[in-house]
Amino acid sequence: MNALFVHAGQLIATVPPPPTTEGGAGLERFIAVMFRGLSQGSIYALIALGFVLVFKATQTVNFAQGAIALVGTYFLSVVLINWEIPGKWLGGNQYVVWFSGLAVALALSVLLGLIIERLIIRPMIGEPLFSIAVITLGLEAVLRTLGTDAIGVNNRSLAIPWGRDGFRLGGAVIYWSWIFTILATVVAFVAIYLFFRTRTGIAMRAVALDQEASLAQGISVGRVFALAWGAGAALAVLGAVAASMSPIGPGTATAATAALAFRALPAVILGGLDSVVGALVGGVVIGMSEVAAGAYLAEHTNTLGVGYQLIVPYLIMIIVLVVRPYGLFGTPEVRRV
Amino acid sequence: MWGRPNLHTSYRSEASIFPTWTQKNLAFIGIVILVLLPFHLPIIDQLPFVRFLGDSDWIRLTTQALIFAIAALGLNILTGVAGQVSLGHAFFMGAGAYASAYLGGDPGNQTWGHGLPIWLWLPGAGVTAALIGLIVAPAAVRVRGLYLAIITVGLVFIGIHLSRLFPEIAGPAEVGRDFPELEFRFWKEDAALVSFSDAGNWLWFDIGGSAKTYLFCLALLGLFVLVAKNLHRTRTGRALQAIRDRDVAAEIMGVPEVKYKLIAFALSSFFAGVSGALFATFVGRLPPESWDLILSVEFIAILLVGGAGTIAGTLLGTFFVVTLPRFMESFAGWMTEQANGNGIWAGFWDIFVATGSGDFGFISTGQVAPGFPVPVAALDTILYGALVIIFLLFEPLGLYGIWIKIRNYWKGWPFTY
Repeated sequence: MNALFVHAGQLIATVPPPPTTEGGAGLERFIAVMFRGLSQGSIYALIALGFVLVFKATQTVNFAQGAIALVGTYFLSVVLINWEIPGKWLGGNQYVVWFSGLAVALALSVLLGLIIERLIIRPMIGEPLFSIAVITLGLEAVLRTLGTDAIGVNNRSLAIPWGRDGFRLGGAVIYWSWIFTILATVVAFVAIYLFFRTRTGIAMRAVALDQEASLAQGISVGRVFALAWGAGAALAVLGAVAASMSPIGPGTATAATAALAFRALPAVILGGLDSVVGALVGGVVIGMSEVAAGAYLAEHTNTLGVGYQLIVPYLIMIIVLVVRPYGLFGTPEVRRV
Repeated sequence: MWGRPNLHTSYRSEASIFPTWTQKNLAFIGIVILVLLPFHLPIIDQLPFVRFLGDSDWIRLTTQALIFAIAALGLNILTGVAGQVSLGHAFFMGAGAYASAYLGGDPGNQTWGHGLPIWLWLPGAGVTAALIGLIVAPAAVRVRGLYLAIITVGLVFIGIHLSRLFPEIAGPAEVGRDFPELEFRFWKEDAALVSFSDAGNWLWFDIGGSAKTYLFCLALLGLFVLVAKNLHRTRTGRALQAIRDRDVAAEIMGVPEVKYKLIAFALSSFFAGVSGALFATFVGRLPPESWDLILSVEFIAILLVGGAGTIAGTLLGTFFVVTLPRFMESFAGWMTEQANGNGIWAGFWDIFVATGSGDFGFISTGQVAPGFPVPVAALDTILYGALVIIFLLFEPLGLYGIWIKIRNYWKGWPFTY
């Protein structure tokens, strides 16, 4: 068969298996579903926030978000396992080592985002938005393949310090990874909220509103683009790291990460492509409904098909789009002749 | 002013299929080459560089390009002419393929099939896909631009899930089912009247099986090219172009937007359905996961590389994108041969190719699993992603744009100014 089709199989083979459903009954199950849904939603919200930032600045969807996340998790694995930077200078505390490694990996991802923006996106300013969106699709193919080949056959460990530990709450097991994911999302959203109140943040909002007018006001539009791409890359990688350990995942960098961004698309659309609040609400709603559907409809798996919960987000997305074509919080485009 | 492009002295010449003399002749030469391609011709095979394919591996690849060209023409109607970016083309191809399997496939223990003849299942595949397109279209018409692209991404994932829900139609996951064979019969007789996939005689010619499949697909493609080309020249085509250029303006001028978007969706899905059915029967057995996002992206790449909105560009783009991996494979094999040999350039090629373990080099022909050095299959994907990027950065009009540049250069030659 054609080589392209060997690859066509590859993406699907790397889609993660449907998450195991929550056991238990009643309140115990409800608590577990709530927390797990919140953490799944947080992952989607993080990635959606990356999409939204890039969209606000450049008016285009970055389909390569998942591939950037894949490369970023590879960076984290290399930083932690191979180079041990800055871990080897920081002594024995594994939490300090891991978080400093994460910071280095995020910095590398930001750098990657900046390079991509400078080389590919900047020359496309003024081209049709569709062309820019498709160029990110091409970028996705390149980065995904490179990332998959870098990771190789065996998944690379991310050395998550809390592994699969957790605590009990009302009988339900809550994992530390869920708490990390939720906290990371809260931190990211608060940071973005505060950032939009700084001078640079106001510049970014101005660019989102009107590029030419902000250019006339002396705002460097190119720098705003670069900033958005760097932040988008970092958020994608953070989301992917959270996803790799969620819910009780192996905590490894896998080729499956590339598909993550496509699973987060419903969250982006539900909230509206240009709304930060929408990213949070969309992410949580989509994540919650996915996990809840997985837990409460589990006995109907035979009729609904294996992995039905992964389709729930897309169904919600299509229904919402038909009712509200610009998502829940998106700004409707005013179109003139 | 004879033979000048874009100079029309009558409406008749402007609306003609081949507006210039050059295009007419190039198209004629192209058709002759395409028709002769599967034959062994003693005289032609003597010429240097010109080797017609005969019954080789290449002919299967070219047939695949022909089949993909039909789907690409369909996407061209929707995306190139009507301006609606769809990433769900693979979904409609899959819909066509499974409609053909349901209508024409052999009933098995675990799979449904009615064993109907080709003149029912091939149009049936197109019509089913078109109907599904019509069901989806009202939702798609509500949204525009990138929202539409994303909603159609969802379609692909839903399609793959549906295939898991109905293993009786799609076959078991990651295995797939058998598709009907390419042969003509009036009804469910035992012996096929004309087979398009077995070697044998046609009139007084002795033709191999793949050559027959090739010619059959070529004829179908010809039909679809005519339909697509004529669509451009009709009221419908002009309405679609008006919607692409500015939908609000088109509506104000009295072009019913919803109606024409529905037409575009249905037509494009029809093309995709027929192409999907052909492709499935051509490969014989396909896992349902083949109809995934990467296939859709490939068609977007075909449009962009060829030049969106033009028939010639779409055809060129299809051949370019479909045959490129094979060229890449041959080239990588050749590089490995050179690196292993004793030529002067062996050291140069060794830079790119990893010949042994621990060797510095980027590409490995011996490897299949992902990892460094990169296997050739991965190189294909990288290359085709890179092509999309390069074409969009430097030649947004695609191969067709390159043709226009060459044409414009020679138009004034040797007086460039």
